[in-house]
Amino acid sequence: MESAVLKVTNFNAFFGDNQVLKNINLAIDKNSVWAIMGPSGCGKTTFIRCINRMHELTPNATTEGSMQLNGEEVYEMNPVLLRRKVGMVFQRPNPFPMMSIYDNVISGYILNGIKLNKQQKDEIVETSLKRAALWMEVRSTLHKKGTFLSGGQQQRLCIARALSMNPEMLLLDEATSALDPVSTAKIEELIHELKQQYTILMVTHNMQQAARVSDKTAFFYLGELIEANNTKKIFTNPQHEKTQDYIRGHFG
Amino acid sequence: MALLKWNQKLTPLDNEIQQLKLEVISMWEMVLSQLQKAEEALKNIDRDLAREVILTEKRVNAFELKIDRDCEDILALFAPVAIDLRFILAVLKINMNLERTGDIAEGIGKFVVDIPEDFDKRLLEITRVVEMYEQANEMISEVMNAFEEENTILARKVFKKDDLLDEINKNAATIVANYIKDNPAKIESALYILSTIRKLERVGDQAKNMAEEIIFYSEAKVLKHKPKNKKSNPEEE
Repeated sequence: MESAVLKVTNFNAFFGDNQVLKNINLAIDKNSVWAIMGPSGCGKTTFIRCINRMHELTPNATTEGSMQLNGEEVYEMNPVLLRRKVGMVFQRPNPFPMMSIYDNVISGYILNGIKLNKQQKDEIVETSLKRAALWMEVRSTLHKKGTFLSGGQQQRLCIARALSMNPEMLLLDEATSALDPVSTAKIEELIHELKQQYTILMVTHNMQQAARVSDKTAFFYLGELIEANNTKKIFTNPQHEKTQDYIRGHFG
Repeated sequence: MALLKWNQKLTPLDNEIQQLKLEVISMWEMVLSQLQKAEEALKNIDRDLAREVILTEKRVNAFELKIDRDCEDILALFAPVAIDLRFILAVLKINMNLERTGDIAEGIGKFVVDIPEDFDKRLLEITRVVEMYEQANEMISEVMNAFEEENTILARKVFKKDDLLDEINKNAATIVANYIKDNPAKIESALYILSTIRKLERVGDQAKNMAEEIIFYSEAKVLKHKPKNKKSNPEEE
Protein backbone atom coordinates (compact mmCIF):
# COMPACT_ATOMS: atom_id res chain seq x y z
CA MET A 1 0.00 0.00 0.00
CA GLU A 2 1.49 3.32 -1.07
CA SER A 3 -0.08 5.55 1.56
CA ALA A 4 0.79 3.25 4.46
CA VAL A 5 2.03 5.18 7.51
CA LEU A 6 3.33 2.04 9.11
CA LYS A 7 4.48 -0.95 7.14
CA VAL A 8 5.31 -4.08 9.08
CA THR A 9 7.05 -6.85 7.15
CA ASN A 10 7.96 -10.31 8.45
CA PHE A 11 8.25 -8.93 11.95
CA ASN A 12 9.21 -11.19 14.87
CA ALA A 13 9.69 -10.36 18.56
CA PHE A 14 11.29 -12.47 21.25
CA PHE A 15 11.72 -12.35 25.00
CA GLY A 16 14.75 -14.63 25.37
CA ASP A 17 13.79 -17.88 23.65
CA ASN A 18 10.11 -17.14 23.80
CA GLN A 19 8.81 -15.90 20.47
CA VAL A 20 5.99 -13.47 21.19
CA LEU A 21 5.27 -12.20 17.68
CA LYS A 22 5.44 -14.53 14.72
CA ASN A 23 5.99 -13.19 11.26
CA ILE A 24 3.62 -10.22 11.38
CA ASN A 25 2.77 -8.47 8.11
CA LEU A 26 0.54 -5.44 8.28
CA ALA A 27 0.16 -2.10 6.53
CA ILE A 28 -1.53 0.71 8.45
CA ASP A 29 -2.96 3.35 6.14
CA LYS A 30 -3.08 7.06 6.87
CA ASN A 31 -5.95 8.60 8.86
CA SER A 32 -7.46 5.28 9.81
CA VAL A 33 -8.32 3.81 13.19
CA TRP A 34 -7.08 0.30 13.70
CA ALA A 35 -8.24 -1.89 16.57
CA ILE A 36 -5.98 -4.70 17.69
CA MET A 37 -7.81 -7.44 19.52
CA GLY A 38 -7.14 -10.91 20.78
CA PRO A 39 -7.06 -12.90 24.03
CA SER A 40 -4.54 -12.11 26.77
CA GLY A 41 -1.03 -13.13 25.87
CA CYS A 42 -1.66 -13.03 22.13
CA GLY A 43 1.01 -10.39 21.58
CA LYS A 44 -1.15 -7.36 20.85
CA THR A 45 0.42 -5.13 23.51
CA THR A 46 3.88 -6.34 22.56
CA PHE A 47 3.07 -5.44 18.99
CA ILE A 48 2.12 -1.85 19.66
CA ARG A 49 4.95 -1.42 22.16
CA CYS A 50 7.35 -2.56 19.45
CA ILE A 51 6.15 0.35 17.31
CA ASN A 52 7.79 2.89 19.56
CA ARG A 53 10.46 0.56 20.87
CA MET A 54 9.29 0.29 24.45
CA HIS A 55 11.17 -2.98 24.94
CA GLU A 56 14.60 -1.54 24.27
CA LEU A 57 15.68 -1.71 27.88
CA THR A 58 14.11 -5.09 28.62
CA PRO A 59 16.94 -7.63 28.86
CA ASN A 60 16.73 -10.40 26.25
CA ALA A 61 14.08 -8.61 24.21
CA THR A 62 14.96 -8.84 20.53
CA THR A 63 13.20 -8.21 17.25
CA GLU A 64 13.61 -9.32 13.65
CA GLY A 65 12.16 -8.12 10.40
CA SER A 66 11.17 -4.70 9.25
CA MET A 67 8.92 -1.99 10.61
CA GLN A 68 8.80 1.24 8.62
CA LEU A 69 7.25 4.52 9.68
CA ASN A 70 6.62 6.60 6.57
CA GLY A 71 9.39 4.70 4.82
CA GLU A 72 11.92 5.05 7.64
CA GLU A 73 13.11 1.94 9.44
CA VAL A 74 11.84 2.23 13.05
CA TYR A 75 14.69 0.20 14.49
CA GLU A 76 17.32 2.40 12.85
CA MET A 77 15.85 5.70 14.01
CA ASN A 78 16.88 7.75 17.02
CA PRO A 79 14.45 6.44 19.68
CA VAL A 80 13.79 9.92 21.05
CA LEU A 81 12.81 11.18 17.59
CA LEU A 82 10.74 8.06 17.02
CA ARG A 83 8.70 8.66 20.17
CA ARG A 84 7.99 12.22 19.11
CA LYS A 85 6.48 10.80 15.96
CA VAL A 86 4.59 8.03 17.70
CA GLY A 87 2.56 9.13 20.71
CA MET A 88 1.33 6.60 23.23
CA VAL A 89 -1.40 6.50 25.88
CA PHE A 90 -1.64 3.71 28.43
CA GLN A 91 -4.34 1.87 30.30
CA ARG A 92 -3.98 3.83 33.53
CA PRO A 93 -3.89 7.59 33.17
CA ASN A 94 -0.36 8.68 34.05
CA PRO A 95 0.01 12.45 34.07
CA PHE A 96 3.23 13.60 35.70
CA PRO A 97 2.10 13.98 39.31
CA MET A 98 4.32 16.91 40.22
CA MET A 99 3.44 18.96 37.14
CA SER A 100 0.52 21.30 36.50
CA ILE A 101 -1.96 20.59 33.73
CA TYR A 102 -0.15 23.21 31.66
CA ASP A 103 3.29 21.70 32.17
CA ASN A 104 1.98 18.20 31.57
CA VAL A 105 0.84 19.18 28.10
CA ILE A 106 4.20 20.67 27.11
CA SER A 107 6.26 18.15 29.07
CA GLY A 108 7.45 16.64 25.78
CA TYR A 109 9.12 19.93 24.95
CA ILE A 110 10.43 20.51 28.49
CA LEU A 111 11.94 17.04 28.76
CA ASN A 112 13.45 17.25 25.29
CA GLY A 113 15.04 20.59 26.18
CA ILE A 114 13.19 22.40 23.40
CA LYS A 115 13.01 26.11 24.19
CA LEU A 116 9.68 27.82 23.58
CA ASN A 117 8.55 31.32 24.37
CA LYS A 118 5.44 31.98 26.47
CA GLN A 119 3.23 32.60 23.45
CA GLN A 120 4.30 29.37 21.73
CA LYS A 121 3.70 27.41 24.94
CA ASP A 122 0.25 28.94 25.42
CA GLU A 123 -0.63 28.10 21.88
CA ILE A 124 0.51 24.47 22.10
CA VAL A 125 -1.31 23.98 25.41
CA GLU A 126 -4.53 25.42 24.07
CA THR A 127 -4.59 23.56 20.75
CA SER A 128 -3.56 20.26 22.31
CA LEU A 129 -6.19 20.50 25.03
CA LYS A 130 -8.80 21.50 22.46
CA ARG A 131 -7.93 18.53 20.26
CA ALA A 132 -8.23 16.28 23.30
CA ALA A 133 -11.66 17.84 24.07
CA LEU A 134 -10.47 18.92 27.52
CA TRP A 135 -9.91 22.66 27.04
CA MET A 136 -13.37 23.81 28.13
CA GLU A 137 -13.13 21.85 31.36
CA VAL A 138 -9.66 22.95 32.46
CA ARG A 139 -8.96 26.33 30.89
CA SER A 140 -9.43 28.17 34.20
CA THR A 141 -7.38 25.69 36.25
CA LEU A 142 -4.40 25.19 33.97
CA HIS A 143 -1.91 25.67 36.79
CA LYS A 144 -3.42 23.12 39.11
CA LYS A 145 -1.82 19.68 39.29
CA GLY A 146 -3.00 17.23 36.64
CA THR A 147 -3.71 14.61 39.26
CA PHE A 148 -6.65 16.66 40.60
CA LEU A 149 -8.61 15.78 37.50
CA SER A 150 -11.03 12.84 37.25
CA GLY A 151 -9.78 9.62 35.67
CA GLY A 152 -11.43 10.40 32.33
CA GLN A 153 -10.03 13.94 32.32
CA GLN A 154 -6.56 12.65 33.27
CA GLN A 155 -6.72 10.25 30.35
CA ARG A 156 -7.66 13.09 27.99
CA LEU A 157 -4.78 15.08 29.48
CA CYS A 158 -2.46 12.21 28.57
CA ILE A 159 -3.90 12.27 25.05
CA ALA A 160 -3.30 16.05 24.90
CA ARG A 161 0.28 15.44 26.05
CA ALA A 162 0.77 12.88 23.30
CA LEU A 163 -0.80 15.20 20.69
CA SER A 164 1.31 18.22 21.72
CA MET A 165 4.30 16.80 19.85
CA ASN A 166 2.24 16.48 16.65
CA PRO A 167 2.84 12.76 16.28
CA GLU A 168 2.33 10.90 13.02
CA MET A 169 0.67 8.10 14.84
CA LEU A 170 -1.13 7.62 18.13
CA LEU A 171 -1.01 4.34 20.04
CA LEU A 172 -3.71 3.66 22.61
CA ASP A 173 -3.04 0.67 24.83
CA GLU A 174 -6.39 -0.12 26.48
CA ALA A 175 -6.79 3.61 26.98
CA THR A 176 -10.39 3.38 28.17
CA SER A 177 -10.45 0.16 30.16
CA ALA A 178 -9.97 1.97 33.48
CA LEU A 179 -12.69 4.51 32.73
CA ASP A 180 -16.45 4.67 33.31
CA PRO A 181 -18.86 4.54 30.33
CA VAL A 182 -19.30 8.33 30.13
CA SER A 183 -15.55 9.01 29.97
CA THR A 184 -15.18 6.09 27.58
CA ALA A 185 -17.80 7.62 25.29
CA LYS A 186 -15.94 10.95 25.37
CA ILE A 187 -12.66 9.30 24.41
CA GLU A 188 -14.35 7.30 21.65
CA GLU A 189 -15.87 10.50 20.31
CA LEU A 190 -12.43 12.06 20.47
CA ILE A 191 -10.95 9.18 18.47
CA HIS A 192 -13.53 9.84 15.76
CA GLU A 193 -12.40 13.44 15.56
CA LEU A 194 -8.66 12.75 15.80
CA LYS A 195 -8.93 10.39 12.86
CA GLN A 196 -9.05 13.40 10.53
CA GLN A 197 -5.48 14.27 11.44
CA TYR A 198 -3.82 11.22 12.93
CA THR A 199 -3.45 7.55 12.38
CA ILE A 200 -4.60 5.68 15.45
CA LEU A 201 -3.83 2.19 16.61
CA MET A 202 -5.70 0.96 19.64
CA VAL A 203 -5.46 -2.20 21.65
CA THR A 204 -8.76 -3.13 23.21
CA HIS A 205 -10.31 -6.00 25.11
CA ASN A 206 -13.70 -4.48 24.55
CA MET A 207 -14.94 -6.01 21.34
CA GLN A 208 -17.89 -3.66 21.11
CA GLN A 209 -15.51 -0.75 21.31
CA ALA A 210 -13.42 -2.12 18.47
CA ALA A 211 -16.62 -2.49 16.47
CA ARG A 212 -17.91 0.98 17.25
CA VAL A 213 -14.74 2.97 16.82
CA SER A 214 -12.36 1.38 14.37
CA ASP A 215 -12.23 1.28 10.58
CA LYS A 216 -10.01 -1.77 10.47
CA THR A 217 -9.47 -4.58 12.91
CA ALA A 218 -6.59 -6.96 13.37
CA PHE A 219 -7.04 -10.17 15.34
CA PHE A 220 -4.00 -11.68 17.05
CA TYR A 221 -3.80 -15.16 18.50
CA LEU A 222 -0.77 -16.86 20.09
CA GLY A 223 1.61 -14.31 18.58
CA GLU A 224 0.23 -14.64 15.07
CA LEU A 225 -1.80 -12.16 13.11
CA ILE A 226 -4.80 -14.29 12.22
CA GLU A 227 -6.91 -11.82 10.32
CA ALA A 228 -6.79 -8.12 9.46
CA ASN A 229 -9.66 -6.57 7.56
CA ASN A 230 -12.33 -3.88 7.51
CA THR A 231 -14.08 -3.85 10.87
CA LYS A 232 -17.45 -4.33 9.14
CA LYS A 233 -16.15 -7.44 7.45
CA ILE A 234 -14.60 -8.83 10.65
CA PHE A 235 -17.84 -8.41 12.59
CA THR A 236 -20.26 -9.58 9.92
CA ASN A 237 -18.31 -12.19 8.03
CA PRO A 238 -14.90 -13.04 9.48
CA GLN A 239 -12.82 -15.15 7.15
CA HIS A 240 -11.08 -17.18 9.82
CA GLU A 241 -12.84 -19.55 12.19
CA LYS A 242 -10.68 -18.45 15.14
CA THR A 243 -11.75 -14.84 14.63
CA GLN A 244 -15.38 -15.90 14.56
CA ASP A 245 -15.01 -17.96 17.75
CA TYR A 246 -13.31 -15.06 19.49
CA ILE A 247 -15.82 -12.37 18.62
CA ARG A 248 -18.70 -14.69 19.49
CA GLY A 249 -17.15 -15.39 22.89
CA HIS A 250 -16.72 -19.10 22.15
CA PHE A 251 -13.07 -19.24 22.93
CA GLY A 252 -10.92 -21.86 24.62
CA MET B 1 -40.79 8.08 22.29
CA ALA B 2 -38.61 9.61 19.62
CA LEU B 3 -35.30 8.38 18.27
CA LEU B 4 -33.67 11.77 18.87
CA LYS B 5 -34.37 14.39 21.47
CA TRP B 6 -33.92 18.00 20.44
CA ASN B 7 -31.01 18.58 22.80
CA GLN B 8 -29.37 15.23 22.30
CA LYS B 9 -25.80 15.07 21.08
CA LEU B 10 -25.46 12.70 18.14
CA THR B 11 -23.48 9.54 18.78
CA PRO B 12 -22.03 7.57 15.86
CA LEU B 13 -24.95 5.15 16.22
CA ASP B 14 -27.45 8.05 16.01
CA ASN B 15 -25.79 9.13 12.78
CA GLU B 16 -26.01 5.63 11.32
CA ILE B 17 -29.65 5.40 12.30
CA GLN B 18 -30.50 8.78 10.77
CA GLN B 19 -28.73 7.72 7.59
CA LEU B 20 -30.66 4.46 7.52
CA LYS B 21 -33.93 6.31 8.08
CA LEU B 22 -33.24 8.58 5.09
CA GLU B 23 -32.48 5.53 2.97
CA VAL B 24 -35.76 3.89 3.94
CA ILE B 25 -37.64 7.10 3.08
CA SER B 26 -35.98 7.23 -0.36
CA MET B 27 -36.96 3.64 -1.02
CA TRP B 28 -40.47 4.39 0.19
CA GLU B 29 -40.76 7.34 -2.20
CA MET B 30 -39.56 5.16 -5.05
CA VAL B 31 -42.13 2.47 -4.31
CA LEU B 32 -44.89 5.05 -3.94
CA SER B 33 -44.02 6.59 -7.29
CA GLN B 34 -44.02 3.10 -8.81
CA LEU B 35 -47.55 2.57 -7.48
CA GLN B 36 -48.72 5.95 -8.75
CA LYS B 37 -47.27 5.38 -12.19
CA ALA B 38 -48.86 1.94 -12.39
CA GLU B 39 -52.17 3.59 -11.44
CA GLU B 40 -51.81 6.14 -14.25
CA ALA B 41 -50.86 3.34 -16.62
CA LEU B 42 -53.96 1.39 -15.63
CA LYS B 43 -56.34 4.35 -15.93
CA ASN B 44 -55.10 5.22 -19.43
CA ILE B 45 -53.92 1.75 -20.49
CA ASP B 46 -50.55 3.38 -21.08
CA ARG B 47 -48.30 0.44 -21.85
CA ASP B 48 -45.10 2.51 -22.06
CA LEU B 49 -45.60 3.87 -18.57
CA ALA B 50 -46.34 0.32 -17.39
CA ARG B 51 -43.02 -0.86 -18.84
CA GLU B 52 -41.27 1.93 -16.97
CA VAL B 53 -42.81 0.66 -13.71
CA ILE B 54 -41.56 -2.84 -14.47
CA LEU B 55 -38.03 -1.55 -15.05
CA THR B 56 -37.95 0.35 -11.73
CA GLU B 57 -38.32 -2.94 -9.89
CA LYS B 58 -34.58 -3.62 -10.23
CA ARG B 59 -33.78 -0.40 -8.43
CA VAL B 60 -36.17 -1.21 -5.60
CA ASN B 61 -34.50 -4.60 -5.22
CA ALA B 62 -31.07 -2.97 -5.03
CA PHE B 63 -32.42 -0.66 -2.31
CA GLU B 64 -33.71 -3.64 -0.36
CA LEU B 65 -30.32 -5.35 -0.42
CA LYS B 66 -28.51 -2.16 0.63
CA ILE B 67 -30.85 -1.56 3.59
CA ASP B 68 -30.55 -5.19 4.70
CA ARG B 69 -26.78 -4.93 4.60
CA ASP B 70 -26.77 -1.66 6.53
CA CYS B 71 -29.01 -3.15 9.23
CA GLU B 72 -26.66 -6.11 9.50
CA ASP B 73 -23.66 -3.80 9.87
CA ILE B 74 -25.35 -1.66 12.52
CA LEU B 75 -26.37 -4.73 14.52
CA ALA B 76 -22.86 -6.19 14.28
CA LEU B 77 -20.93 -3.02 15.00
CA PHE B 78 -23.07 -1.12 17.48
CA ALA B 79 -25.10 -3.79 19.30
CA PRO B 80 -28.03 -1.34 19.60
CA VAL B 81 -30.43 -1.59 22.55
CA ALA B 82 -33.92 -0.33 23.46
CA ILE B 83 -35.49 2.04 20.90
CA ASP B 84 -32.45 1.78 18.61
CA LEU B 85 -32.74 -2.01 18.54
CA ARG B 86 -36.49 -1.84 17.94
CA PHE B 87 -35.90 0.65 15.14
CA ILE B 88 -33.48 -1.67 13.33
CA LEU B 89 -35.83 -4.64 13.75
CA ALA B 90 -38.71 -2.51 12.43
CA VAL B 91 -36.66 -1.31 9.47
CA LEU B 92 -35.78 -4.90 8.53
CA LYS B 93 -39.49 -5.71 8.27
CA ILE B 94 -40.54 -2.42 6.67
CA ASN B 95 -37.82 -3.03 4.09
CA MET B 96 -39.39 -6.38 3.22
CA ASN B 97 -42.89 -4.87 3.12
CA LEU B 98 -41.72 -2.12 0.78
CA GLU B 99 -40.03 -4.56 -1.54
CA ARG B 100 -43.23 -6.60 -1.73
CA THR B 101 -45.24 -3.45 -2.40
CA GLY B 102 -42.82 -2.73 -5.23
CA ASP B 103 -43.43 -6.25 -6.56
CA ILE B 104 -47.17 -5.61 -6.51
CA ALA B 105 -46.76 -2.37 -8.50
CA GLU B 106 -44.63 -4.30 -10.98
CA GLY B 107 -47.33 -6.99 -11.20
CA ILE B 108 -50.00 -4.39 -11.96
CA GLY B 109 -47.66 -2.91 -14.58
CA LYS B 110 -47.40 -6.33 -16.21
CA PHE B 111 -51.21 -6.65 -16.28
CA VAL B 112 -51.45 -3.31 -18.07
CA VAL B 113 -48.92 -4.49 -20.66
CA ASP B 114 -50.87 -7.72 -21.21
CA ILE B 115 -54.43 -6.38 -21.07
CA PRO B 116 -56.30 -7.03 -24.37
CA GLU B 117 -56.57 -4.25 -26.93
CA ASP B 118 -60.37 -4.14 -26.74
CA PHE B 119 -60.32 -3.29 -23.02
CA ASP B 120 -63.65 -1.98 -21.75
CA LYS B 121 -62.99 1.07 -19.57
CA ARG B 122 -66.40 0.66 -17.93
CA LEU B 123 -64.75 -2.10 -15.87
CA LEU B 124 -62.69 0.52 -14.04
CA GLU B 125 -65.87 2.25 -12.87
CA ILE B 126 -68.12 -0.62 -11.96
CA THR B 127 -65.47 -2.44 -9.92
CA ARG B 128 -64.31 0.83 -8.20
CA VAL B 129 -60.74 -0.29 -8.79
CA VAL B 130 -59.49 3.28 -9.31
CA GLU B 131 -61.08 4.44 -6.08
CA MET B 132 -59.47 1.50 -4.32
CA TYR B 133 -56.14 2.29 -5.90
CA GLU B 134 -56.24 5.88 -4.70
CA GLN B 135 -57.00 4.80 -1.17
CA ALA B 136 -54.17 2.23 -1.21
CA ASN B 137 -51.66 4.85 -2.40
CA GLU B 138 -52.87 7.24 0.25
CA MET B 139 -52.29 4.60 2.90
CA ILE B 140 -48.74 3.94 1.73
CA SER B 141 -48.06 7.67 1.59
CA GLU B 142 -49.51 8.39 5.05
CA VAL B 143 -47.59 5.59 6.69
CA MET B 144 -44.46 7.00 5.06
CA ASN B 145 -45.18 10.38 6.65
CA ALA B 146 -45.83 8.68 9.97
CA PHE B 147 -42.44 6.97 9.67
CA GLU B 148 -40.68 10.19 8.74
CA GLU B 149 -42.26 12.17 11.58
CA GLU B 150 -42.32 9.28 14.05
CA ASN B 151 -46.02 9.99 14.39
CA THR B 152 -47.91 6.99 15.74
CA ILE B 153 -51.27 8.80 15.70
CA LEU B 154 -50.92 9.12 11.94
CA ALA B 155 -49.78 5.50 11.71
CA ARG B 156 -52.92 4.36 13.55
CA LYS B 157 -55.24 6.11 11.07
CA VAL B 158 -54.27 3.62 8.40
CA PHE B 159 -56.11 0.72 10.05
CA LYS B 160 -59.50 2.40 9.50
CA LYS B 161 -58.66 3.33 5.92
CA ASP B 162 -58.28 -0.32 5.11
CA ASP B 163 -62.06 -0.79 5.51
CA LEU B 164 -62.74 0.69 2.09
CA LEU B 165 -60.23 -1.65 0.47
CA ASP B 166 -61.86 -4.62 2.18
CA GLU B 167 -65.29 -3.57 1.03
CA ILE B 168 -64.33 -3.10 -2.63
CA ASN B 169 -62.38 -6.33 -2.61
CA LYS B 170 -65.31 -8.26 -1.12
CA ASN B 171 -67.81 -7.01 -3.69
CA ALA B 172 -65.48 -7.42 -6.64
CA ALA B 173 -66.12 -11.13 -7.25
CA THR B 174 -69.88 -10.69 -7.72
CA ILE B 175 -69.50 -7.57 -9.86
CA VAL B 176 -66.93 -9.19 -12.12
CA ALA B 177 -68.98 -12.41 -12.38
CA ASN B 178 -72.07 -10.46 -13.46
CA TYR B 179 -70.04 -8.45 -15.94
CA ILE B 180 -68.62 -11.62 -17.47
CA LYS B 181 -72.12 -13.10 -17.82
CA ASP B 182 -73.18 -10.01 -19.76
CA ASN B 183 -69.95 -9.62 -21.74
CA PRO B 184 -68.48 -13.08 -22.28
CA ALA B 185 -66.12 -11.72 -24.94
CA LYS B 186 -64.38 -9.47 -22.36
CA ILE B 187 -63.64 -12.23 -19.90
CA GLU B 188 -59.88 -11.76 -20.06
CA SER B 189 -60.00 -8.01 -19.31
CA ALA B 190 -62.40 -8.63 -16.46
CA LEU B 191 -60.07 -11.18 -14.90
CA TYR B 192 -57.12 -8.78 -15.11
CA ILE B 193 -59.12 -6.18 -13.20
CA LEU B 194 -60.18 -8.70 -10.58
CA SER B 195 -56.53 -9.71 -10.11
CA THR B 196 -55.55 -6.05 -9.79
CA ILE B 197 -58.12 -5.63 -7.02
CA ARG B 198 -56.68 -8.64 -5.20
CA LYS B 199 -53.22 -7.11 -5.50
CA LEU B 200 -54.39 -3.74 -4.17
CA GLU B 201 -55.90 -5.46 -1.19
CA ARG B 202 -52.40 -6.68 -0.39
CA VAL B 203 -50.96 -3.18 -0.76
CA GLY B 204 -53.32 -2.24 2.08
CA ASP B 205 -52.01 -5.15 4.14
CA GLN B 206 -48.41 -4.03 3.60
CA ALA B 207 -49.31 -0.49 4.69
CA LYS B 208 -50.90 -1.88 7.85
CA ASN B 209 -47.88 -4.05 8.58
CA MET B 210 -45.58 -1.07 8.23
CA ALA B 211 -47.80 1.02 10.53
CA GLU B 212 -47.58 -1.77 13.11
CA GLU B 213 -43.80 -1.66 12.90
CA ILE B 214 -43.74 2.11 13.46
CA ILE B 215 -45.89 1.71 16.56
CA PHE B 216 -43.73 -1.21 17.68
CA TYR B 217 -40.50 0.72 17.55
CA SER B 218 -41.71 4.00 19.01
CA GLU B 219 -44.08 2.71 21.68
CA ALA B 220 -42.75 -0.83 22.19
CA LYS B 221 -46.31 -2.12 21.63
CA VAL B 222 -47.08 -5.20 19.57
CA LEU B 223 -50.29 -4.79 17.59
CA LYS B 224 -49.94 -7.81 15.38
CA HIS B 225 -52.93 -10.19 15.39
CA LYS B 226 -55.05 -7.76 17.41
CA PRO B 227 -58.63 -6.87 16.39
CA LYS B 228 -58.86 -3.84 14.15
CA ASN B 229 -60.86 -1.57 16.49
CA LYS B 230 -58.20 -1.98 19.16
CA LYS B 231 -55.43 -1.13 16.74
CA SER B 232 -56.72 2.28 15.79
CA ASN B 233 -57.39 3.37 19.37
CA PRO B 234 -54.31 3.56 21.61
CA GLU B 235 -56.37 3.65 24.84
CA GLU B 236 -57.83 0.23 24.21
CA GLU B 237 -54.56 -1.61 23.66
